Amino acid sequence: MSLNIIVLAKQVPDTRNVGKDAMKEDGTINRAALPAIFNPEDLNALEQALRLKDSHPGSTVTLLTMGLPRASEIIREAIYRGADGGIVLTDRVLGGADTLATSYSLAQAVKKFGNYDIILGGRQAIDGDTAQVGPQIAEKLGIPQVTYAEEILDLSDGHVTVKRRLENGVETVKAPLPCVVTVNGSAPDCRPRNAMRVQKYKYAASPSEVAKLSDERKALLEKRPYLNLQEWSAAYVDADPAQIGLPGSPTKVKAIENVVFTAKDCRVLTDNDAEIEDLVKELITNHTIG
Amino acid sequence: MANFYTDNPDLKHHLTHPLMEKIVALKERNYTDAEKFDYAPLDYADAQDSYDKVLEIVGEICGDIIAPNAEDVDHQGPRVEDGRVIYADKTKENLEACRKAGLMGMAMPRRFGGLNFPITPYIMAADIVSRADTGFENLWGLQDCAETIYEFADEAQKEKFITRVCQGETMSMDLTEPDAGSDLQSVMLKATEQPDGTWLLNGVKRFITNGDSDIHLVLARSEAGTKDGRGLSMFIYDKRDGGVNVRRIENKMGIKGSPTCELTYKDAKAVLCGSRRLGLIKYVMALMNGARLGIAAQSVGVSELAYREALAYAKDRKQFGKAIIEFPAVYEMLSVMKAKLDASRSLLYACARYVDIYKIYDDIAKERTLTPEERKESKHYSRLADALTPLAKGMGSEYCNQNAYDCIQIHGGSGFMKDYACERIYRDARITSIYEGTTQLQVVAAIRHVTTGTYLNLINEYNAEEVKPKLQGIKDRLVAMTERYAKAVETVTSVDDSAYGDFMARRLVEMAGVIVMGYLLLLDANRNDSFKRSAEVYTNLAQAEVTKHSDFIANFNPAEVAIYKVD
Repeated sequence: MSLNIIVLAKQVPDTRNVGKDAMKEDGTINRAALPAIFNPEDLNALEQALRLKDSHPGSTVTLLTMGLPRASEIIREAIYRGADGGIVLTDRVLGGADTLATSYSLAQAVKKFGNYDIILGGRQAIDGDTAQVGPQIAEKLGIPQVTYAEEILDLSDGHVTVKRRLENGVETVKAPLPCVVTVNGSAPDCRPRNAMRVQKYKYAASPSEVAKLSDERKALLEKRPYLNLQEWSAAYVDADPAQIGLPGSPTKVKAIENVVFTAKDCRVLTDNDAEIEDLVKELITNHTIG
Repeated sequence: MANFYTDNPDLKHHLTHPLMEKIVALKERNYTDAEKFDYAPLDYADAQDSYDKVLEIVGEICGDIIAPNAEDVDHQGPRVEDGRVIYADKTKENLEACRKAGLMGMAMPRRFGGLNFPITPYIMAADIVSRADTGFENLWGLQDCAETIYEFADEAQKEKFITRVCQGETMSMDLTEPDAGSDLQSVMLKATEQPDGTWLLNGVKRFITNGDSDIHLVLARSEAGTKDGRGLSMFIYDKRDGGVNVRRIENKMGIKGSPTCELTYKDAKAVLCGSRRLGLIKYVMALMNGARLGIAAQSVGVSELAYREALAYAKDRKQFGKAIIEFPAVYEMLSVMKAKLDASRSLLYACARYVDIYKIYDDIAKERTLTPEERKESKHYSRLADALTPLAKGMGSEYCNQNAYDCIQIHGGSGFMKDYACERIYRDARITSIYEGTTQLQVVAAIRHVTTGTYLNLINEYNAEEVKPKLQGIKDRLVAMTERYAKAVETVTSVDDSAYGDFMARRLVEMAGVIVMGYLLLLDANRNDSFKRSAEVYTNLAQAEVTKHSDFIANFNPAEVAIYKVD
């Protein structure tokens, strides 16, 4: 059985190598001072996708990312490692999105993509560290989600069996397809770039990049259609302008402070509505939110 | 997050040597492969960009996976179970990474799934891999046995075996036997022809690196009753056919991750590679030259690692209130280590370029007749490659041993403990001046180029190149050294006494070697300022060596050889 696999990925500033000028005076990230990299846990997700492709010949792995046009860099990176192609969802009107608007936009792109069997993504991105986008996409698509995945143990008969890495051990769960699986950093590292694929795809370019190329390179891209990467706009994925970008983002940054974490433990809630309500009330009372 | 290619700009300096443009154009047949293969380069700049990008992958795997695994591999090592070798766990991980990255069969033609890299960037990858894990470089580097299949096997064999190497299968060259080490003419392994044209191999091989590989090149006696090299042929044994078992693996001092096997052949089915009787006299010689270049690269990688470890420690370690690198006794050692590293690397890549040119011409000659000019050129570079290979292997391996020694010395007492990488480097380095022909045998291979003047001609060729005025001083000193060398050669060759000639051979070869390396560093410095210090330091070293040897020769009475003869 061949699969249509979507990998959600993000190009992020390399927050693991932060220098003095990493943050601007207003507390926002100085993206110019940090190299843009493939979000590490998205690479773990890509590896799981490529393993599915290995075990299910004929499958395709498509990277989906939302960001600036330069995010096509991570599409090429994914192709070098074995992905079949990718889509950059890029549009000025998508800028300033919080996780809600981002997941809406990406869910729209997934709908536009259509026929898919499984969506994989990293647990979280190292710039925002929210771990919200994957689960929200599952909600918006109305499909199941498996988080903290460490290994996909099996995919057959319309179900996926996943080993999850939790605080106190591992848990194996089974979910019907299609579903969203977010992959933990403890999962195997992504395979390296492949020498032959790098040589084959190094000139792959998105429409925004093609515009800046020499005529010679443009001719090459015409001759070799597989070198043309896709860029999708908000309108192309039928996104509602009110739900995307800044207008679609209820999160407003009020202030940014340097906080040194003191709490060591995390609290684990069940999916019981009452427990979640209690937590929200507690956070409002102690002014963490609201 | 380390990258052993991008953190070392010296590599790119050699990769972009002016001669590369010609090499790549020849290798790519003026870039005509681009029509047939979607990953073939479009032009020289595109090819260089591809080498750069692929070496970046090599550098990343080496920095992030192979080097961090090296200590574990050294501790665990391989083992034998039921006649099969089980690699150390991390060795398997290293191999898997190299396979996934498509780094097997790098120099093989695209029609077999290779990358069609010239020898020069391929050897650069070997240099990088060796810095990460010297023992692993063997397992990875044995892919160059495929070169021998490519040169001498028939088309069906090439198709079958080279394709598999490109997909990641490993190789070995089964030459040595208990009674045939340096003297391969004594090989006894028996090959018997079968009615169907295949052969059965019976006997024992010893000290076989990666002896449980997927595809073996085997030297065996096909001509019953013969006793010398002319009765030996080359065979290809496919592990899938069975018949060869690993009896044991050696417990070695270093390169512990690389299994050194004793093999037993019991009616092992094999196919003849090339023509009968040419096994030793033609194919093994070609195989050995490739392997020697590989060991030269391995040696340079060790030198690089030893230098880096020593440098880092010398900067970090404080005594008498300052970092020990501040003391002349220490910084002199470091700059000499770097000079030896740079000199042996320059020699390695000069040699690789010469090998590239003549091998590519050999390959082109299979497609069309070479023009007289091309034939002349091919012969010229073939001769230079033949002259520089034993120098690069012999002197490069001695230098890496010296650097490994000094690396421990700079670490002081700590270096003697198992806590630092330097003790492993020291153990790993030791084999390089022994296998694929000892340093003494490299001298035997090199000495004819002393007597026939190959080195002197090459030195004159280098001397004809203009250098910047600030480097003229170095050049003048090299000219003076060359005169002393020529005089020493004359002194030795004017005496008709072969024992005396053999006795002095190493001195003459070393003089030629240091002068050649001195010139290469001079030309490097001419192209890139960052080599100036090494050129200066190395010239001092080379001058001292030349003086020492020429004095020894000048003051030596040939009859004195007898004093040295130990009963």
